[in-house]
Amino acid sequence: MKTVCLIAAASALTLAAALPARAQEGDASAAPGAEDASASTPVTSADPAARGDTPEAQKGYDISARSDRTDTGFSDSKVAAKMVLRNAAGQESVREFTFSTLEKADESVGDKTLIVFQSPRFYDGTALLSHAKILDPDDQWLYLPATKRVKRISSDNKSGAFLGSEFAFEDFTTTELNKYTYKYVGEDEIDGVKTDVIERYPRYEKSGYTKQKSWVDQDIFQTRKVEFYDRKGDLLKTLTLSDYREYDGIWRSHLFSMVNHQTNKETDLQFDDYQFKTGLDAGDFEQAILTRLR
Amino acid sequence: MAEFKSGIDAFAARFTDLMIRLRWLVILAAIVAAGYVGSGASQLEYSNNYRTFFSKQNPELTNFEEFQSRYTKSDNFLFAIVPNDGTDVFDPRTIKAMGEITEAGWLVPFARRVDSLTNFQYTYAIGDELIVEDLFETPDEVDAATIAARREAALAEPLLVGQLVTPDARAAAVNVVLNYPETSLTEVPEAVVAAREIRERIKADYPHLDVYLTGTSMLNNAFSEAIQSDFMLLIPIMIAAIILATIIAIRSVSATLVTVLIVVLSAAIGMGWAGFVGVKLAGPSPSAVIVILTLAIADSIHILITARAALRRGLEKRAAIVEAMRVNFLAVSITSLTTIVGFMSLNFSDSPPFRDFGNISAVGIAAAWALSLTLLPALLSIIPFSARQASAGASGSRTMLGLANVVIGHYRVLFIALSAATIALISFIPRIELSDQFLKYFDPRIEFRAESDIAGEYFGLYPMEYSLDAGEPGGVNDPAYLERLEAFTEWLRARPGVVHVFSVSDIMNRLNKNLNGDDPSFYRLPTEYDLAAQYLLLFELSLPYGLDLNDRIDIEKSATRVTASLYSEMSTKEIRQLIRDSEAWFEENAPSIDGPATGPQVMFTFIAQRNVQSMVQGTTLAILAIAVIMIFALRSVSVGLLSMLPNGLPILAAFGAWAILVGEVGFSVAAVASMSLGIVIDDTVHFLTKYMRARRVDGLSAADSIRYAFQTVGVAILVNTIILGVGFALLTFSAFKINAELGLLTTLAIGFALILDFLLLPPLLLIVAGGKGEDSAGRLSPATAPAPAQ
Repeated sequence: MKTVCLIAAASALTLAAALPARAQEGDASAAPGAEDASASTPVTSADPAARGDTPEAQKGYDISARSDRTDTGFSDSKVAAKMVLRNAAGQESVREFTFSTLEKADESVGDKTLIVFQSPRFYDGTALLSHAKILDPDDQWLYLPATKRVKRISSDNKSGAFLGSEFAFEDFTTTELNKYTYKYVGEDEIDGVKTDVIERYPRYEKSGYTKQKSWVDQDIFQTRKVEFYDRKGDLLKTLTLSDYREYDGIWRSHLFSMVNHQTNKETDLQFDDYQFKTGLDAGDFEQAILTRLR
Repeated sequence: MAEFKSGIDAFAARFTDLMIRLRWLVILAAIVAAGYVGSGASQLEYSNNYRTFFSKQNPELTNFEEFQSRYTKSDNFLFAIVPNDGTDVFDPRTIKAMGEITEAGWLVPFARRVDSLTNFQYTYAIGDELIVEDLFETPDEVDAATIAARREAALAEPLLVGQLVTPDARAAAVNVVLNYPETSLTEVPEAVVAAREIRERIKADYPHLDVYLTGTSMLNNAFSEAIQSDFMLLIPIMIAAIILATIIAIRSVSATLVTVLIVVLSAAIGMGWAGFVGVKLAGPSPSAVIVILTLAIADSIHILITARAALRRGLEKRAAIVEAMRVNFLAVSITSLTTIVGFMSLNFSDSPPFRDFGNISAVGIAAAWALSLTLLPALLSIIPFSARQASAGASGSRTMLGLANVVIGHYRVLFIALSAATIALISFIPRIELSDQFLKYFDPRIEFRAESDIAGEYFGLYPMEYSLDAGEPGGVNDPAYLERLEAFTEWLRARPGVVHVFSVSDIMNRLNKNLNGDDPSFYRLPTEYDLAAQYLLLFELSLPYGLDLNDRIDIEKSATRVTASLYSEMSTKEIRQLIRDSEAWFEENAPSIDGPATGPQVMFTFIAQRNVQSMVQGTTLAILAIAVIMIFALRSVSVGLLSMLPNGLPILAAFGAWAILVGEVGFSVAAVASMSLGIVIDDTVHFLTKYMRARRVDGLSAADSIRYAFQTVGVAILVNTIILGVGFALLTFSAFKINAELGLLTTLAIGFALILDFLLLPPLLLIVAGGKGEDSAGRLSPATAPAPAQ
């Protein structure tokens, strides 16, 4: 647990399709058998528009909801992360940062996250604060130590490459359940594990994707793989999630591997051990905190 | 010597006898075999990638591949949009159209990125905020005030002006970058269909716009379209020409049909073989069909003309066929062998399509040789073939005798005059300028060329790439590096012919201004390492899907890419000079950060030199091999070596004539020498084998032997030269310039070879023989000509 805790914040890293929004909720019908002991006081806000009205759409939504809600109730988390970028020439480059998350109050709002960079050295101390939204663009601020100033990132469209990697910001921040509509497409097996396969379609306007396809296992309800489809409907990237470890009923993948099929570039995102319930609160995720991080 | 010759003669006679006896079996076997091999042609595919023209070892290709694996592949479509009603591109209708092209561009198969005026990531400051947004957020409805403001911003933006909008705003461009998986040949045509649909739709919906489509994807597509255009046009004409030439020479419809069958089967075998071994047709390789059709006919013509002469002398048909085969067996075999050697030497070419071209042609010529010795006598024996109509041949023979007498009479004058003329032509060779501009590779009837010519009036269509390496991870943020980067960018922009330069230094300048409250005095590079890095991070976090900087800065942030777009009329020589100048600039100003200039146009700029270098060895070997074949075939070192003169000189003369007539030549020039040598030597072989036969077997004087050679093969040589000339001249109508140049240069060489074979070779022989010898003074007539030894 040598996590670099510059920040007083914690919560789980919810990447991409992977460990989507922890919800607190009690829509029993929506998540049959998904009631996890750790999901203490679930507050649901299942969005009917996101759940849809066909059986496939609802089944897809419900499986995703169960997957999301199994991991709720951690309140906050903190983890050290390392990104390894590889290009088609085999060159490698590493970025390291600490990732803190404050769990949202309910599913109609998003998680708050704080990323503090350690390397490469020219990013050292740079911090990115993000307040996720459901259908509106996220609020983001970047602290630039070189100017000792906080800059709001006012772009509506933050789906570009994150730190030059194959992860887009939307692959990376909290995947909010109600950001998508769903469709259950069937079962599949990945490395001997039975999975449900669900397609989901972004409901927010500026996504870089038209579709994502996720494989959610039937044992611990975690996402094992996600495929990202570009605007013309072609497979763009595949994310594989592995090295799942359990923290008191909460599962976290510790290796996210993204392959871009169109450019043959790859990025691995590796995590150290998570810390949960570290005592972070909303005050640690305010814009003003950025200038006081060090 | 005589025994050797008569040994071959006897074998040829026996062999032909056998062919005639087994004629039905021979016909069946030949057609089945040719049909089987020919069926491979159905597996032939057209390449549609300009990289096909470069070998795996080509240094310019290797550089470019390395560059692409560091950044990204960059095949593209460029839509050039030109209002035709006098408005400029900042008209609301045109902005709407550009928005539509941009949206549609993302949906083109294999598209990875679309850049246009509308989606340009415009940055500015509001208070302490960095605003990053599309230059036209809502191209569908944009008010006059926004247009005015953004117009001004766009026309002041170095990343846009020259690249996506002209300085006078008369034209705009939308650039679609694609990543082809390169697993199927249908990828490029699929993308092209989508791009053309966009162009047509925009032209229909916005009549005030002209839209032109170019880019490397259209280039790639043009390669296969040019081949198809050639096939449709040239092959039917070539077959018609063969029929016409054979009918004139042989005066026999049935013999003509046999000839056409043999050449078509030969071409089918050549192309079928290519299909079986998996050749992808590109550039010159499909022209092998024309070449085979052209060359395969020679064997038949020689045999048929001799057979007809024998019939005229009163031999019965079967005996005439055997006689024709016996007389021509050696000559036909040697000429086929030398031609094959010439084509096989193309395997030394750096450009794989030329290797394919050489090999396909060689296989076809070998097939023609085999079929002429087997199928031809077998078919002749069953078709009606007589000498009744053949009086013209006799007059041709008399004309040839007259020519022989003139040549012998003035041999010293001819020798001096022709030598002097040839040397004069050769002296012009250094004036030839190598030129490979890929836009100009195609005839204007190919859409790519026509549209690129117009688009090229507005935008620079030759991309030239540099990767400027800072030498360490994160080095691109180093103020010293950025300063060098900017200096290079400015230097490059000031070069003549450079229309646009894309460089990250412009982004850094702009961000520095934006992050200092849009204060124009801050339009300069950040002076601190971390500041540059963090400005860039802020900008990158603000970019939308697909418009990131990953294709401009490498993952370690140790190098950035500078792209210059060059004016499409810039000559290869000027581009070479620019590359040399840029190398000198790096040497002087930034020895540690330069990367080689690379990109498609750089590859083509050096393709001729690479091919000439690689072909030097191939051509030398071909010359040596052909000389050895001639010495062996003629059984005379002196005559064998002598034969190289009337063959080498016409090729050099052709280059000299080219220098005067055209001046510029593309990389096919490298292939011409050894290939032409293999072709033009045929006439010399025929002439000299007859000459040597008369000298040795019949013991005639040099002059009489020359007369004999003129009489027996003069007409055949003339007819052959005309057919060869027509065949290669046809290639000049190819939609692909490389083929056209190959065709015209070879035609020139063939023409000069005829002149020198008739007018310089005999004087040379006389000089070597020490004069005219016992001269019958032209009294030799067809009737008294020595009958070849029986």
